[in-house]
Amino acid sequence: MLSIKNLHASVEGKEILKGINLEIKAGEVHAIMGPNGSGKSTLSQVLAGNDAFEVTSGSVTMNGENLLEKETEERARDGVFLAFQYPVEIPGVSNLQFMRTSVNAMRHHRGESEMNAAEFMKLAREVSKQVDLDPAFLKRGVNEGFSGGEKKRNEIMQALMLQPKLAILDETDSGLDIDALKVVSDGVNALRAEDRAILMVTHYQRLLDHIVPDFVHVLADGKIVKSGGRELALELEDRGYAWLGIKDDETAANSAN
Amino acid sequence: MTTANKEVNELIKREYEHGFVTDIEVDTFEPGLSEDVITRLSEIKKEPQFMLEWRLKAYRRWLEMEEPDWAHLGYDRIDYNSVSYYSAPKRKEDMPQSLDEVDPELLKTYEKLGIPLHEHAKLAGVAVDAVFDSVSVATTFKEPLAKAGVIFCSISEAVRDYPELVQKYLGTVVPHTDNFFAGLNAAVFSDGTFVYVPKGVRCPMELSTYFRINAANTGQFERTLIIADEGSYVSYLEGCTAPMRDENQLHAAVVELVALDNAEIKYSTVQNWYPGDENGKGGIYNFVTKRAACIGKNSKVSWTQVETGSAITWKYPSCILRGEGSVGEFYSVALTHNHQQADTGTKMIHLGKNTTSTIISKGISAGKSSNVYRGLVKFGPRAEGARNFTECDSLLIGDQCGAHTFPYIESLNKSAIVEHEATTSKVSDEQMFLCRQRGIDMERAVSMIVNGFCKDVFKELPMEFAVEAGKLLEVSLEGSVG
Repeated sequence: MLSIKNLHASVEGKEILKGINLEIKAGEVHAIMGPNGSGKSTLSQVLAGNDAFEVTSGSVTMNGENLLEKETEERARDGVFLAFQYPVEIPGVSNLQFMRTSVNAMRHHRGESEMNAAEFMKLAREVSKQVDLDPAFLKRGVNEGFSGGEKKRNEIMQALMLQPKLAILDETDSGLDIDALKVVSDGVNALRAEDRAILMVTHYQRLLDHIVPDFVHVLADGKIVKSGGRELALELEDRGYAWLGIKDDETAANSAN
Repeated sequence: MTTANKEVNELIKREYEHGFVTDIEVDTFEPGLSEDVITRLSEIKKEPQFMLEWRLKAYRRWLEMEEPDWAHLGYDRIDYNSVSYYSAPKRKEDMPQSLDEVDPELLKTYEKLGIPLHEHAKLAGVAVDAVFDSVSVATTFKEPLAKAGVIFCSISEAVRDYPELVQKYLGTVVPHTDNFFAGLNAAVFSDGTFVYVPKGVRCPMELSTYFRINAANTGQFERTLIIADEGSYVSYLEGCTAPMRDENQLHAAVVELVALDNAEIKYSTVQNWYPGDENGKGGIYNFVTKRAACIGKNSKVSWTQVETGSAITWKYPSCILRGEGSVGEFYSVALTHNHQQADTGTKMIHLGKNTTSTIISKGISAGKSSNVYRGLVKFGPRAEGARNFTECDSLLIGDQCGAHTFPYIESLNKSAIVEHEATTSKVSDEQMFLCRQRGIDMERAVSMIVNGFCKDVFKELPMEFAVEAGKLLEVSLEGSVG
């Protein structure tokens, strides 16, 4: 489904991704692990088309099509979904209005008729229960005054609403307590499907206890330095990034967790 | 430079939908202003003597006045002798008696603007006074309103038919000495709307005036007077458009509202005068004095304005809160784009005890425009227990526009309470990226973000106009990104 070849990308002239190669097939769940500053988030942003990042060389194709030449919204309509690490607020725009505009933009792209308010409301209520969000939050401004956990659940809710082909989850576990992590993970597991690929970016392996990946890749200094199965994440947890010769202050500091 | 800004800077073909010209025979005065011109104007309108004298007095005073330059606006001085002070469609009789007698060309014009005047197509529940250049061409729903005792007519008719009411109130809220533009208006005002709602009457429908400038090189000087007698209620809305022309055109209006004991006036404006092109050529110079006198106890006036048009806007709808417990409100959305300049805000003058006022101002700047909020909250010595709440928010789209806030607070009473909040924000790259990542295109995203920003003001507009206002913002923002 997704094929990344020798991808280089930079921001403000500084190279962050230094030749990423990655193949993801439909139905697979891949986890990208790595210390802070390794380029994990950059990879997610580049795939979603954030033009603050410049792709300097390499290629990315999705289902055979060149992803890089498409605008952000076109990629989204083709099924690329990014769950943001830090979802931004849009004051005064209700979640309901935002999601309905989004869902209808996708439907319009597929040549389907728009969902009316009643149909949409019904769907939104069901999905909000799935991620344990009170339907009242639908009327609040997008992410406005949401707690960290609510923001993350809101992102997963949107993924469930949009049913993307490729779901990229950028540090979806960060800042979550155990209960919230369980809810979010259940949401992500509900997304698992034969025709869908999931790419999870995370610093810690604890997320992978709940969402078991098919493949784990370790990213360091803009390159994938090691790939393996589920066991690679566990080994990393035991031995730390230093095991692979990677410097990571935070893991060292948090190794007691 | 950030990405959203790059997109913003790839300006812009903004389509102004009301820019057409109606081809119609007109009577137009030669440009120039003198006592003769004013006398002729008064004659054409068959005004009583008091009116002519009132005008001339204002004119003589105006000659001694200076054009103000304190506003945060830049424009070439206006040559007041190069403007024509009267232009009206030719007609057989001096006043059309019914809509059948109105020139079909004019009816078509209003239809095109979305304001059908025909009996069969009239806007449901909204009575319209249609003002074309210097004259009112039609007023709908006059009879049902008359049955309720409501007078709704052009100010020219009111001067002739209700001289005692006009004489009692005209100029009491905005005297001709008030400011340069109000003085000019008093001398040369041509038409506008007059409303009187008698004691205890709740006006059975929305009233509105649609102002259209059509003739070239002509100023529009309308004057509106609304009187809400004790215990009455009226909701009034005005809309404005003009053709696209390379020359600037002057619009200097005066609006006076009078609210007696327990009366309430809700005054809403959707101002969409031609704003000029993307290079700042042409557009309306909009110098307007709007003021309400809440003279009665517990009277209330709400100003709600959505300002998207005009090359220059100079406008401060205000409330003089004289009556005990009277309430003033100002809800404003002002959007500037391209080279538009707006200096707008309000004055809340608290004179009576326990008077309260609320100001919510939302300024949106895009392109190379400048958007200023200027507001005065004043408490007189007898304004015991008065209070004001002010919130001014600015939203910037792109990095070449400006937003400024000039709040003035003067208090002569220690018990008065003022709360003031102000924010400035930007449509951020992150917000745009989030929207686009969810499949929403850029124009839609900006319009959604801006509409969210304006929500608190839009909810004050009458239902049907809130939808209009939202759409208008969308059109006005067209091309502000991408």
